[in-house]
Amino acid sequence: MDFSLNDEQRMLDETVSRVIREQYGFEQRRGFAGEPGGFSAANWSLFAELGLLAIPFAEENGGFGGGGAEVMIVQRAFGRGLVLEPYLAAVVLAGGLVERLGSPEQRERLLSPLLAGKSRLALAWGEPEGRYDHRTVTTRAERDGDGYRLSGHKAVVLHGDSADRLLVTARTAGGPADRDGLSVFVVDPAQPGVGVRGYATIDGLRAAEVRLDGVHVGADARLGPEGGAADALDAVMAAGCAALCAEAVGAMEAACELTLDYLKTRRQFGAPIGRFQALQHRMVDMRIALEQAHSMAILAACSLNLPAAERDRRIAAAKVVIGNSGRFVAEQAIQLHGGMGMTDEAMVSHLAKRLVLIDHHLGDADFHLGRFAASGDDDLRTDKLVPASRFSHSLRGSGR
Amino acid sequence: MDITYTAEECAFRDEVRRFLRSRLPADIASKVREGKRITREDYVRWQSILAEQGWFAVHWPKQYGGTGWTPIQRHIFDEEYAAAHAPYLVPFGVSMVGPVIIKFGTEEQKQRYLPRILSQEDWWCQGYSEPGAGSDLASVKTRAVRDGDHYIVNGQKTWTTLGQYANMMFCLARTDPAAKQQEGISFLLIDMNTPGVTVRPIITLDGAHEVNEVFLDDVRVPVENRVGDEGKGWTCAKFLLTYERTGIAGVGHAKQALAHLKDVAQRQTANGRPLSEDPVFRARIAEVEVDLMALEMTNLRVISAAQNGGVPGAESSMLKVRGTEIRQAISDLLRRAVGPYALPFLPEALEGGWDGAPVGPAHAAPLSAQYFNRRKLSIYGGSNEIQKNIIAKMILGL
Ligand SMILES: Cc1cc2nc3c(=O)[nH]c(=O)nc-3n(C[C@H](O)[C@H](O)[C@H](O)COP(=O)(O)OP(=O)(O)OC[C@H]3O[C@@H](n4cnc5c(N)ncnc54)[C@H](O)[C@@H]3O)c2cc1C
Repeated sequence: MDFSLNDEQRMLDETVSRVIREQYGFEQRRGFAGEPGGFSAANWSLFAELGLLAIPFAEENGGFGGGGAEVMIVQRAFGRGLVLEPYLAAVVLAGGLVERLGSPEQRERLLSPLLAGKSRLALAWGEPEGRYDHRTVTTRAERDGDGYRLSGHKAVVLHGDSADRLLVTARTAGGPADRDGLSVFVVDPAQPGVGVRGYATIDGLRAAEVRLDGVHVGADARLGPEGGAADALDAVMAAGCAALCAEAVGAMEAACELTLDYLKTRRQFGAPIGRFQALQHRMVDMRIALEQAHSMAILAACSLNLPAAERDRRIAAAKVVIGNSGRFVAEQAIQLHGGMGMTDEAMVSHLAKRLVLIDHHLGDADFHLGRFAASGDDDLRTDKLVPASRFSHSLRGSGR
Repeated sequence: MDITYTAEECAFRDEVRRFLRSRLPADIASKVREGKRITREDYVRWQSILAEQGWFAVHWPKQYGGTGWTPIQRHIFDEEYAAAHAPYLVPFGVSMVGPVIIKFGTEEQKQRYLPRILSQEDWWCQGYSEPGAGSDLASVKTRAVRDGDHYIVNGQKTWTTLGQYANMMFCLARTDPAAKQQEGISFLLIDMNTPGVTVRPIITLDGAHEVNEVFLDDVRVPVENRVGDEGKGWTCAKFLLTYERTGIAGVGHAKQALAHLKDVAQRQTANGRPLSEDPVFRARIAEVEVDLMALEMTNLRVISAAQNGGVPGAESSMLKVRGTEIRQAISDLLRRAVGPYALPFLPEALEGGWDGAPVGPAHAAPLSAQYFNRRKLSIYGGSNEIQKNIIAKMILGL
């Protein structure tokens, strides 16, 4: 057992941390947010130059063969800086799916420009009625000549408005919640019949509603076997959750640092407010939450290559802890900042928003608690849930 | 022991309900229901209707245009008020400075200001907090220096709620810098149109313009605008912070929010069924509802004691802590209820009159912003930490 980073990982950590520290100040970030797409194209090119976009991909696909630990290092640093660029959406989720499902030609066609920073992909997995379940898919793909015709509504597609290619999950067979019959298609958003409505998200990112109205795609647009995308989807969702956990840890670290600093410098009643024991204990609770979250982010990052059932059980556990501790840290960081924590001007409020809303990406604490509880059963079904009494104590955050 | 309302109280409830049903403008109620932003004009229009009915200055004695209602009647009114989706009652004039003027003001001050509160001519804001004086309010630095029959006021106030709408501000200023902290403070009424008053917006994390900074730069304030004696402003400030705190629990608001939560949970889908049938989410709603029942009973105990002439003291701190925690818990569940649709943020969709297509279900649009906005409940009005300090001292004697 060894929790330390190897030399290469340490170098990666230093590089990314330096970029964030030096080029991703909070004021600079405001500028990035105002650019088209809601992030900086120059940063994206820089990330490509630094090789960050190639990290998780196999060498045969032009990548560096990095694993969960390397992505964790990048995402944690990104979390500290509240990075806006679509690393999770384009690299971890969409890129990961292309790598897992694509033919050699498709991988070459889609991954080379992605890794070079010239193309951005987004994964359209969600649907209005599906909530957090990526297997609830009603978008249909019907055979049409030698290709397919896609119809449906994909919801809250992360960075869906700045992507030049969308990977769309659609059903080629089966009922809305079936595992079999899920397929993935590459769709050009400029194609007739595709409607993309982009919008800001409250955590500072961008997303889109994507409507597909009889969109024709060729057979070569299908990634992987017809109706057999579920395993690959499960795997990239797991990788996405692990990446989000790491990002949350970075954001929690930053929120804890800012709050600790505030406790030392803000004076009321003739003393730094950090002298008040009630606040000391609260800050300790925040720190404990951070450490627990960090532990689970490591667990998640190191579990991605396990057999699916065990992987998903651990990922679910990690996402539960991250969801609850992230919200706790966010709420307390605001509270301990008093009125200042309520302002748009203070970075801590933006960290808090991201932390609370990370729980709304790729499944919240309740969703994953249900998955975890059901994971003792033969198959991992989200509709098998724990009795209420087993978790009711976690309803209110601790330490209030 | 009897925990039921009397026949008269039930009849009173019916009367309040009838009034709200017939007089609360539908457009304003639907803004509240849909979580849209309420404008100055909305507040003034609705508060004028209340005033016309004689139900605006609920807490005031009858002789000044109040209702003379008992604490229980006021509780019933609050409950029905929130249930009808009436907008938050802007408290600074009617609930804050009004009672201070009634208690400590001169006859001239009463004659001048009280009718103008009732008629909505004056919009008051509260100039207590400063950058360096939040929880430690007695450390205010704003200076008022006597110059003939004026004070010259210099300093900065902050977090001034809806100060952008106000033409009057009540303000704590230091008239005697040599005196011990609480003792050199005076309570001044400042016309916001006086030269030297500058209001600058503070945008909050939910994108709203609700609070402001107010800069006071050589502002001339007539001495007759001082309430109470010079150096006795802290008495007014403290009175205001403890005045009629039985409504502080916000039970009516919490009940309305809980009803909304149940409604949203019925309209959301999880695992192919309404979210309201999901055992996890049901349990979460149930838990907050049980907590709210306990709060309501506690509140009624305090109200009933006040009805019998008791003066609620540190009990109101308990009501504030639990009330805000419960309202925050409900706003948390509301946000969680809508799943991924908690993410889209279209500020324009929160303005009345916006007729664009919502992203996702229309009920989802304001919920994340409201959740973040409600974080203020445990910060302002004496933070929950400060309330607990009060309870520790006053109730526990620690
Ligand atoms: C939305 C909003 C609207 C407001 N509207 C108004 C208004 O209209 N007029 C007005 O005058 N003010 C207003 N306020 C100001 C409000 O009253 C102050 O924010 C509040 O008093 C806290 O002060 P502060 O923000 O300076 O925080 P601080 O006092 O700096 O407190 C920071 C943290 O330290 C804690 N703390 C401080 N002292 C202690 C202690 N002794 N023991 C334990 N913990 C402690 C606090 O609880 C808080 O968590 C508003 C605030 C907000 C957020």
